[in-house]
Amino acid sequence: MSKLGTDRVKRGMAEMQKGGVIMDVINAEQAKIAEEAGAVAVMALERVPSDIRAAGGVARMADPTIVEEVMNAVSIPVMAKARIGHIVEARVLEAMGVDYIDESEVLTPADEVYHLLKSDYTVPFVCGCRNIGEAARRIGEGASMLRTKGEPGTGNIVEAVRHMREVQTQIRQLVHMSKDEIMTFAKDHGAPFEVLLDIKENGRLPVVNFAAGGIATPADAALMMQLGADGVFVGSGIFKSDNPAKFARAIVEATTHYEDYELIAKVSKDLGTAMKGIEISTIAPEQRMQDRGW
Amino acid sequence: MFMTKIGVLGLQGAVREHIQSIEASGAEGVVIKRKEQLDDIDGLILPGGESTTMRRLIDKYDFFDELVKFGEQGKPIFGTCAGLILLANDIEGQDNAHLQLMDMKVARNAFGRQKDSFEASLTITGVADDFEAVFIRAPFVMEVGQGVEVLATYGDNIVAAKQGHYLCSAFHPELTDDHRITEYFVKMVEQSKKELAS
Repeated sequence: MSKLGTDRVKRGMAEMQKGGVIMDVINAEQAKIAEEAGAVAVMALERVPSDIRAAGGVARMADPTIVEEVMNAVSIPVMAKARIGHIVEARVLEAMGVDYIDESEVLTPADEVYHLLKSDYTVPFVCGCRNIGEAARRIGEGASMLRTKGEPGTGNIVEAVRHMREVQTQIRQLVHMSKDEIMTFAKDHGAPFEVLLDIKENGRLPVVNFAAGGIATPADAALMMQLGADGVFVGSGIFKSDNPAKFARAIVEATTHYEDYELIAKVSKDLGTAMKGIEISTIAPEQRMQDRGW
Repeated sequence: MFMTKIGVLGLQGAVREHIQSIEASGAEGVVIKRKEQLDDIDGLILPGGESTTMRRLIDKYDFFDELVKFGEQGKPIFGTCAGLILLANDIEGQDNAHLQLMDMKVARNAFGRQKDSFEASLTITGVADDFEAVFIRAPFVMEVGQGVEVLATYGDNIVAAKQGHYLCSAFHPELTDDHRITEYFVKMVEQSKKELAS
């Protein structure tokens, strides 16, 4: 008897991605460049986050034609984004055979109160988090993988750093707490008690946690690995740079050897201009994607 | 006698879990990031991950010839999932295979996409008759050459095999607390260490 969609199968899929780079792509050609450069997976999108930010309006699940085109182009796993709380977008992507769904704040939320009950699906989900409360709530709902939210489409690493540090600090706090302090911590952070207890006992999150939202250079990717990320998502950074193929290879190498500074120096040479960044304080509060999610 | 040292190729994938499993099986686990480190170990695990990605990194850091040499010296190698693909000498639908250390033809993502990934209980010859195996976008072995011993099948497909000092599985023993197949590999390494020393 075989069992489909178990926690081990869904979380295990993300374990296989560790130490790797997941790249945003908008067509078959970009997907092939990403695979060729050594990406462990691609995220099929209609527009990368910086273009979503520029275009404004409502951002939805990608046209299934694009997702299908990318799935047919590469043999590495293909992920796609559904709006927060959009049950049907998620079911459609699952029916198409997408390997992982990102319930993503990069898209305009469909539900401003509830997230998807991800434990109901056979396909695994990745969700964004800024702190242990969000991380534990998403795990409680059945997310099999996490990523920092950062501030997508900005090319500015500061928010991803903030979120990764916050999560890591809170894990350390939990580990050192006595068991009778956990319930109040759970109340203060809006986090499910059982998930926190599991984190305390194992000294780490029960799922893989990648970095995302603002990674624009090989050094950014290596920085996030040093801060404890299991791998990185690069959205706009690659295909908004001057030489995407070279840039993609450099990001992969810097992620693998994140403590080898000579190598990072070498791969960072002559990459051309990285994407133009945005200073976070210039983004109006209602335009901040990281505040989406509950 | 010094503790048996087993490396895990640490370019990408489920490296930490294999190290934990090696240590639970009574050997020392070492993450291998540079080819020079191969000289210090008695056996090697090629972990699960993305085989395409791993191959690119193997080439990038000149691991390829050193890995083949490692195997040809008689030192045991255990490939899981992506590692099984790296060991095979024939991959369905591809002109080129990778390390080509085992005489077998494999199919990638043979059970389907992630939604078809599954767990099942397996009988593995010489290891267990109730092994909880986790298959993730897993390959399987389509056919094997004469020197290859089939250790486990699922349906009609071969999912674990052994050829001399090479061992492979299509599933991920590192994702469960069942260390019996890793213990089996540790014994293979201890045996080869004795033979290579004499």
